[in-house]
Amino acid sequence: MSIKPVSGPHLIAVRRVDDIMRKVIIALLPATAWGIFLFGWPALYLSVVTILSALVFEAFCLKLKGVAATPYLYDGSAILTGLLVVMTLPPWAPWWIGVVGSAFAIILGKQVYGGLGQNVFNPAMLARVALLISFPIEMTTWVKVKPIFVGPGIIDSLSITFSGMVPDAVIGATTLGAVKTGFSLHQTLPEILHDYSPALDFIGWGRGSMGETSSLLIIAGGLWLLRQGVIQWYAPLSLLLTITVLSSTFHLTDDLHYLGPWVHLNSGGVMLVAFFIATDYVTTPNTPLGQSLFGIGCGALIYIIRTWGGYPEGSGFAILLMNAVTPLIDHYIRPRIYGRYRNGKPIESNQP
Amino acid sequence: MYILSAIIILTALGLFLGLSLGIAAKYLKVESDPLLEQVEALMPGSQCGQCGFPGCRPAAEAVVSGAAPVTLCPPGGTSLIEQLAKLLGIEVDLSQTTDADPMVARVSEDTCTGCTRCFKVCPTDAIVGAPKQIHAVVADACIGCEKCINVCPTECLQMHPIEVTLRDWRWPKPLVSA
Amino acid sequence: MLALFENPRLRGGIHAEEHKNQTSGVPIALDMPLPKKLFIPVQQHVGKPAEPLVKVGDKVLKGQLLAHSQGTISAPVHAPSSGIIADVVEYPAPHPSALPIRTIIIQTDGLDQWAAVDIPTDPFQLAATEICARVGAAGVVGLGGAVFPSAVKLDLGRKNKIHTLIINAGECEPYLTCDDRLMQERAGEIVSGIRLMLLGMNAPEATIGIEDNKPEAYAAMRTACAAFANIKVVQVPTRYPMGWDRQMLRYLTGWEIPADGRATDIGVVIHNVATAHAVYRAVCLGQPLITRVVTVSGSAVDKPQNVEVLIGTLMSEVLAHCEVKKTKVARLIMGGPMMGDALPISEVPVVKACSGILALSEQDIELPEVKPCIRCSTCVTACPVGLLPLEMASRIRANQLDAAVDLGLKDCINCGSCSYVCPSSIPLVHYFKFAAGELYKRQQMEHKAEQTKRLIDDRNQRMEIIRLEQEAEARRVMEARAARAREQELAKQKAQQALSDIATKVTVEEGNS
Repeated sequence: MSIKPVSGPHLIAVRRVDDIMRKVIIALLPATAWGIFLFGWPALYLSVVTILSALVFEAFCLKLKGVAATPYLYDGSAILTGLLVVMTLPPWAPWWIGVVGSAFAIILGKQVYGGLGQNVFNPAMLARVALLISFPIEMTTWVKVKPIFVGPGIIDSLSITFSGMVPDAVIGATTLGAVKTGFSLHQTLPEILHDYSPALDFIGWGRGSMGETSSLLIIAGGLWLLRQGVIQWYAPLSLLLTITVLSSTFHLTDDLHYLGPWVHLNSGGVMLVAFFIATDYVTTPNTPLGQSLFGIGCGALIYIIRTWGGYPEGSGFAILLMNAVTPLIDHYIRPRIYGRYRNGKPIESNQP
Repeated sequence: MYILSAIIILTALGLFLGLSLGIAAKYLKVESDPLLEQVEALMPGSQCGQCGFPGCRPAAEAVVSGAAPVTLCPPGGTSLIEQLAKLLGIEVDLSQTTDADPMVARVSEDTCTGCTRCFKVCPTDAIVGAPKQIHAVVADACIGCEKCINVCPTECLQMHPIEVTLRDWRWPKPLVSA
Repeated sequence: MLALFENPRLRGGIHAEEHKNQTSGVPIALDMPLPKKLFIPVQQHVGKPAEPLVKVGDKVLKGQLLAHSQGTISAPVHAPSSGIIADVVEYPAPHPSALPIRTIIIQTDGLDQWAAVDIPTDPFQLAATEICARVGAAGVVGLGGAVFPSAVKLDLGRKNKIHTLIINAGECEPYLTCDDRLMQERAGEIVSGIRLMLLGMNAPEATIGIEDNKPEAYAAMRTACAAFANIKVVQVPTRYPMGWDRQMLRYLTGWEIPADGRATDIGVVIHNVATAHAVYRAVCLGQPLITRVVTVSGSAVDKPQNVEVLIGTLMSEVLAHCEVKKTKVARLIMGGPMMGDALPISEVPVVKACSGILALSEQDIELPEVKPCIRCSTCVTACPVGLLPLEMASRIRANQLDAAVDLGLKDCINCGSCSYVCPSSIPLVHYFKFAAGELYKRQQMEHKAEQTKRLIDDRNQRMEIIRLEQEAEARRVMEARAARAREQELAKQKAQQALSDIATKVTVEEGNS
């Protein structure tokens, strides 16, 4: 029997950090697999490089900190970060984009703040934005759909990922990119989107980041996480609702120049952001109301950046900006304490 | 021409502001630093000298002037550090500070000669006794300043940790690295 | 998941594995052999310790008063069996520190002979104050774990003209089934106790809240209450900490007790169901609180059951009676697994607060490694009070206690829900207990600092007076000396004068002659 006093509770729930990370990774797998299927071997190579380098950077930082690396590597958080980074990359991006992205995410996004649980910004979004600003060409080179069995083979793909030889013929723009370019050429929406298929966009048959194209699979993963109790619905729902409301309003006033909600929701990683980034534990508020506000803020920012800003997608910037506001939200929005009003004053007894 | 006017204006401005500052410093002077009073009020006030200063007022002066850290006072403990840091508006990493277990003096009956030296130096009158009679320490009043330890000729006074009773027992801080 | 749309009467909380099946179906064992020695601590309640009335060597009878209550908030203790007072000493208390407490030790004589008991002819005709007095004299305290003297609560309820008595039969702690069994087996007695409580407080009605995982107890209580229209039995959802009195109140009535107030402020008094049973025994049978039902369970117990145990029986004997393998016991807990305390030794007495004795084996208490907080805010969702455990703990870890208090540390009830759900196994409740103790220590230190300042001022003043007196004395001495010197001088001068006068006279006379 122990001599040192042990405090209760003497029972604990079974859910552990590793389980949570594992579940999030599982929820992301269908969308990842779809991306690999859609864009072929280069996408697979890029994924492997990115995730491996994320693990290496994590181990490196932990070694610098003088902490035993193994338990932290096994908790899956580095793998998850690497996976999220690669899902937001153009599928045929060269290998070093993945490596640099992992470095941004793990070192600058996470470890410089003190490691797991300490970071202010979402590491994957930080990496995406940093890459987008630093390497705009590589980060906006979108390839056509080249399913794994018709695209370049195992060997040919090596040259795409590792020597950056992307044939010009396959390059094109994403829907949002095309819209932005079209507007600058004074085209209207019906002209730009003449061959847009809402159903294909929802399934994810189109250009885009490796893991962001299929809304269907991402929603499926997100719903599964909700069911598992890993994430809560406040942030995703409020984010998607905000985008829907804003885009519908403007689309109804002027449908030649404002995109409808369907395109907004299914493009540029909105679903991924809603279900997997805006629900990140570390960088989002603690309370249901705070999370809802976070979602509303993200949705509004995404819409504003896309519609009036310089970047066609904007979800990365929106998340980072809202991450910066999170401490403020957490400071002002706290749950009401039993027997007190929201302002902390004890309630007055108004009983007979 | 422009340069000249600029120089003249700036010089005049400098002179004017310097003068007003000088006047303000002379006529609006605060006699005693109110901060000093506040800091001294927080100090234990036992003049025990464990901080290395001759008393609580000099220690407070040193803290206010920045010559000494807010962590200087062992009897004040973490609570005092937190209060001082708040008052002076400075950030202190409290995670590394640990309060030493409070100690009280105890007289060993075998060797006490009743010389009365100890209770003459006790700042809180915590030692009672009479000449040629064995002295005793009132533990509740003892502040652990160790002044008596230094004057005792027979080393019959020793510091002992305060005995923990069921009523005073408190949970220790959890020992976790994370 | 749908917390926004959830019943606002039911916030936070957890569903823990219940472990109640082992004992909920087994009748309360009454065959516990009479121990050779009984150890009765003089403080088994909130408030001032009782003052012993007996001396070593005195012979006492079962139910005889051993120590009387002191002050308004206190409770007496009685002899659980007849025998001789063997000692009144400091003996380890059933407490995580096992520090000693003043304890009366009775050497039992095996006769178990009752002292004369005062049984009223019709207890329900007694005056309200009389009921309270009898409850107080019987040493009845809250048996749900808070051990607040029940008579004080009844008096408070009567004086505040309460409208509802709530009987807390939540028993939300896993493993524990003592209240469950009590309701199943002695529902009628409990209802009598509730009626007496109502009479003692002049309160019109009572509501009994029972968690819906105890259908048999619910049925038994329904039957027992059928004849009394003013006693309602209500099923409440099973969710820890339903048995937190303020949560039970919120669920049953929708009201909250103000953070700075008591239940009586909103016209309610909350008593535990086992307390109602103790009140019945105290008033109807004239028996003081000398036994209680204890759940003995846990994976190291071979015969898990509820046992009616004499207060003062050593836990080791109770464990032996329930066939506990000593080698398997990795942790011994008094109370439930959520809020109970781990005891370092088993040779401590069963006290009035002891609702359960759990002997857990190694695999029950395996605690995974503590990981950094990932701010998953599961603890925020689980907290029934509405606190931010993760933020509070991180402040306390950095010793910023004032910041933790600002976040609501003082509203924490240490229910353990946050620690239970934490995926990083952070000992959140331990942090809060530590911080609460530390705040108390600081308060005491501030108190002491004030006292020290006073002492120092007094001393300095005294020293000043002594110095002034000494100076005055010195001055007086000096002056006296100076005066004497002057006088001497004067006398000398006079003498010389006289001498010279004489001389002149003589010369003159000589000249004349």
